[in-house]
Amino acid sequence: MSYPKLEDEKYKVAEKVIKIAPATRLEGHAQISVFLDDNGEVEDTYFQVVELRGFEEFCKGRPIEEMPRITTRLCGVCPWPHHLASTKALDMAYNVQPTPAAKKLREAGYCAHMLHSHIAHIYALAVGPDFICGWAADPAERNIVGVINVVGPEIGKKVLVARAHAQLIQEIIGGKATHPIFGLPGGVSQSLSKENRKKIAEMADELLEFGKFTLQVVDDFILKNKTLVDVIVNKDLYYHETYYMGMVNDKNELNFYDGQIRIIDPAGNEFSRFGPENYLEDMAEHVVPWSYLKMPYLRKVGWHGFKDGPDSGIVRVAPLARLNVADKIPTPLAQAATDKFFEVLGGKPAHFTLAFHWARAIELMYAAERLKELIEDPEITSEKVRNIPTEKPTVGIGIIAAPRGTLMHHYECDDKGLIQKLNLLVASSINYPAMNLSMKKVAKAVIHKSEVSNGILNLLEMAFRAYDPCFSCSTHALPGQMPMRLNVFNSKKELVKTISR
Amino acid sequence: MPEKIKLALAQGATCSGCDIAILDLDVELLKLFEVADLTFAPLATDIKFKDVEAMADGEITICLYHGAVRNSENEHIARLLRKKSKIMVAYGICAAYGGIPGLANVTSKKKILDTVYEDTATTVNPDHTRPQTHHITEAGHELELPELFEEVKTLDDVVDVDYVICACPPTREMNVKLLNVILDFVNGKAPLPPKGVILASERTLCDECPREKPEKVVIEEIKSVDYTKLDPEKCFLEQGIICFGPATRAGCDAKCIVVNMPCRGCMGPTAAVLDHGGSMLSALASIIKVSGAETEIPEEEIAKFMEKLKDPLGTLYRFTLPKSLLKRVVKE
Amino acid sequence: MSEQFKPKILVFCCNWCSYAGADLAGIGRLQIKPYFRVIRTMCSARVDPEWILEAFRLGADGIIVAGCHPGDCHYIGGNYRTRRRMALLRSLLTQFGLDPQRLELAWVSAGEAPKFAATVNDFIDKVIELGPSPYRKEKTADATGSSKEAV
Repeated sequence: MSYPKLEDEKYKVAEKVIKIAPATRLEGHAQISVFLDDNGEVEDTYFQVVELRGFEEFCKGRPIEEMPRITTRLCGVCPWPHHLASTKALDMAYNVQPTPAAKKLREAGYCAHMLHSHIAHIYALAVGPDFICGWAADPAERNIVGVINVVGPEIGKKVLVARAHAQLIQEIIGGKATHPIFGLPGGVSQSLSKENRKKIAEMADELLEFGKFTLQVVDDFILKNKTLVDVIVNKDLYYHETYYMGMVNDKNELNFYDGQIRIIDPAGNEFSRFGPENYLEDMAEHVVPWSYLKMPYLRKVGWHGFKDGPDSGIVRVAPLARLNVADKIPTPLAQAATDKFFEVLGGKPAHFTLAFHWARAIELMYAAERLKELIEDPEITSEKVRNIPTEKPTVGIGIIAAPRGTLMHHYECDDKGLIQKLNLLVASSINYPAMNLSMKKVAKAVIHKSEVSNGILNLLEMAFRAYDPCFSCSTHALPGQMPMRLNVFNSKKELVKTISR
Repeated sequence: MPEKIKLALAQGATCSGCDIAILDLDVELLKLFEVADLTFAPLATDIKFKDVEAMADGEITICLYHGAVRNSENEHIARLLRKKSKIMVAYGICAAYGGIPGLANVTSKKKILDTVYEDTATTVNPDHTRPQTHHITEAGHELELPELFEEVKTLDDVVDVDYVICACPPTREMNVKLLNVILDFVNGKAPLPPKGVILASERTLCDECPREKPEKVVIEEIKSVDYTKLDPEKCFLEQGIICFGPATRAGCDAKCIVVNMPCRGCMGPTAAVLDHGGSMLSALASIIKVSGAETEIPEEEIAKFMEKLKDPLGTLYRFTLPKSLLKRVVKE
Repeated sequence: MSEQFKPKILVFCCNWCSYAGADLAGIGRLQIKPYFRVIRTMCSARVDPEWILEAFRLGADGIIVAGCHPGDCHYIGGNYRTRRRMALLRSLLTQFGLDPQRLELAWVSAGEAPKFAATVNDFIDKVIELGPSPYRKEKTADATGSSKEAV
C-alpha cells in the first residue's frame, strides 16, 4: 500500500441527491447535500449546520462576571479564545486595564492554546488523514490511527507529546487546558511562579523544535509531492478571490491576542479596519432557512449570495487570511516560512483554500516562537497580575484572533451587572459562507455523470476541512417554531404557487 | 491477543471538550489503539451514520456519548448508538446532568428564536427568515434540519445508560483510569465495575481542596470575584466568594482552586444529593454570619443580604439544571 | 380563579412552637380551610430546600414554613438559618417562574393558635387567587416521560 492514496474506483449513484452525514473530522454537527440533474451533473451543494444551543439567549440574566466561565463551554476545542475574548470584554465593561504581566500571561497561555489546536487539526483532523494517508484512503484508516500507522509510532509519539506539552502549559497558566478559568477584568487570578516558568520554558523549547518539524512535514509530505501541489494551486478547484480579515498589532504585524482587525479586498488593498468600539460598522449576519448557522458578511459590501470577488460581502478569516492581511510576522522562523509561502503561491494575497493548511503550520511556528519570547520575558513572573476594578460594568466588547479566525464577544448588562443583551460573532461562522462557496465549486468540478467514489466524496469534505470549522462555537443559537413558506413546484421544477404563514 | 473492541465517541449538544479529553490521553492513546478500534467518532474518524446503521446490534463494545440531548438528531444518535452498543456511557456532565447547554431551560424556544434571528446586534433579517426543519429552495431542492426540543434533556432521559462519568471535561487522570478499566476488561483481568457513576469520589471537593479550612466557616458578606482581592490560601467561602466545593464531587484535582478561582460545580453532585442547587443553597445559607442582634434584623434586610448572590438560578444550577427537581423555568 | 380549584398546600411546622400552636388551634376548634397538610420537624431549620423544590415538582400550589419567633428557637439559632434559606429560596423560585408569594415564612409560637389559623387561611385564599402552580402541568408531562427503548 503506497501512501498517500489519491485515486480510487468510481461508481454510479442512482439517486439524484447525495447526502453525506455527518460531516466528519471537524468540530460540530453538519451535513452535506449534493443535488444532481438528469445528466448526473451537480446542480447545487448545501453545507448545513444542524446544531444549536442558545447561548445568546440563555446567558441573559447571568452575571457578567460569570461570562468568562460560561462562554468557554461554547467550545471545548477552542475554549481559550472565548475565555480571553470574554475577559477582554469584561476589561472594557468594568473600564479597567490588565496589568502588563497579566497581558503577557494571557498571551503566553493563549500561544500554547494555538499550538494544541493547530497540532490537533493538522495531524489528527486534516493534513494527516487527507494528505498523508491520502484523501482516497479507506475511511476506516483515514484518521489519527491511520496516520500513526503511516508515519510510524516514533513520529506519532512526537506529535502526541508536543500536544501534551501545549495542554500542560495551558493548565499551569490557566487552571485547565479545556475550559480555562483564570481570566478576570483587569488581569488574571494568579501570577506565574518561578518554578512553573522554568517548567514551561523547557517545554517551549521542545515546541519550538516541533514547529520546525511541522514545517518540515509540510515540505516533505505536501510540497514535494507534485500531485498534491497541483491540486492545491488548481484555480478550478479550491480557489476563491475573497476579502480577508485578521488581527494585526499597531505595526500591522500578526498578533493573536490583541490589536485591530484589518480587512483587505481580493486585490490585497486595505479595505477597512475596526476595533471593539466599532465592529458593528463592518460586520453583519444573513439568515438562510436551511441552516441553523447564520452567514456573516461585510456590511459595507453587502450580502450578494454565494459568490466571490470584490462585489460580494463574503470574507474569509483564520490562518490563510491572517497571513494575507499582516504585513509581517514578528518572529524570524515564521516570517521566513511566510516568505517561502507567498513565493510558492505567487504573491499576496493567496487565494488557494487548501493553503490554509500550510498557513496553519506557519502559525504553529509563530505561536511557538512567541511563547518562547513571552516565557523568557522577566516580567512574566511578576506578582502584579491584577488591577481590581472600581466601576460598575456596562457594555463590553472583546475581540481576539481564534485558531479559526476572528472572534467577537459583545455584552451589555443592567445596573445589577446582569446580562441584558449578548452578541457573539464567531470565527467559523464568518468562514461559513466561504465554506459553502468552496463546496459548491468543488462538487461541480469533481462529480460528473453521477459518478462518485469514497475519495471524491472526501474531496468535497476537504472543501470545508481546510477552514478547520468549529460549529459548536458558531451555533450558540436556538430557533423554535418557525414561520413557514411552502413552495409548490411542477414536474419541470417551475414554481407554481407559494403558501406562507 | 484478544480481539480488538470497538469504541465510539458520539456527540449530542456538545462543545467537543470531551472528544479533546480523549485526545489528551496523548501517548496513552497508543495503548488504547492496541486494544480498541475507533469506529464512529465524528471529530476524528470518517464513519458516517449509514455505516453505523449497517452495523449489527451490540457490535460496538463501548460508546462514550457526550453532550446534552437538545434536538431530534441528538436523540436519534443516542437511540441508534444504544442499539448498536453493548455499553453506553454518559460521558461528561452534559450527558449526565445537562451541563451548560442545560441552562437553556431558563428560557423558551420562542425567545431564543427571536433573539438569535432578529435581535442580535449584527443580524440583518428584514424578511424574518428562520431556519426550518423542512425547506424547499427556489431551485426545488429539499433540505431538512433536526427539530429543536422545547427543553434540554440528559442522555438517561432517552436511553438506558450503563455508566456515568461526570466532569467538564473528564481530566486526563480520570481518562487514564478509564483506559485501565477498559484494558483490564479486554485482557480478562477484571470485570467491569457495577453500573452507575464511575471514576468518581463519594466525597466533596472540600475534601480534596488544598486550602486551609478553619474550624468553622462563616460568610460575613457575599462578594463578587471581580471586585475582591483573592487570597490564595484561605477557603473561598470564608472570603465571601461563592464556591461550590461543599456540594460538588471531588475527583478533578481541584484545578480551578489551584489557579485561585472558586469552584462552579462541574463535577456534579455526590450521590447523596437530590438536587445540586438546592443542596448548595442550603449549605450557603447555613454558613452566613449570624449576628448578636439577630432579633432586631427585619426579614427585608435578610432578603437584601441574600440578594448579593446574584442570579441564584444560573449559579446554583450552572451545570445541572435539566436534572434539577424543577428542571425548567415556567410561566405563571 | 374557578371555585373548583382546591389548592394543595404543605405546612412545615417546627415541633416546639408552630406545631404546638397548630395543635392548640385544633383543640380550640378554630375553623381552617382543609386544603393543607402539616409536616412536623423538630426545627424549622430542618426543612431542607430540596423538600420544598420536590413539593413544587410534585404539584404543590403553596408552601408555608412555620417556626419559632427569632430569639425563641428551641435550638437557639435554628430559625436564623431558616430565614436566610427561605429568602434565597424565594429568589430562586421567582427565577423559576413561580410567584414568590407561593412560599411563605411564618413565625408562630406555641400559644398563638389564632395566628396559626389566620396565617393558613389567608395563605390559602392567596393561593386560590394565584391559581394552580404552573408546575402542576409539568408533573403530568413528567409522569408519561419518553420510553427508553432503542430505536
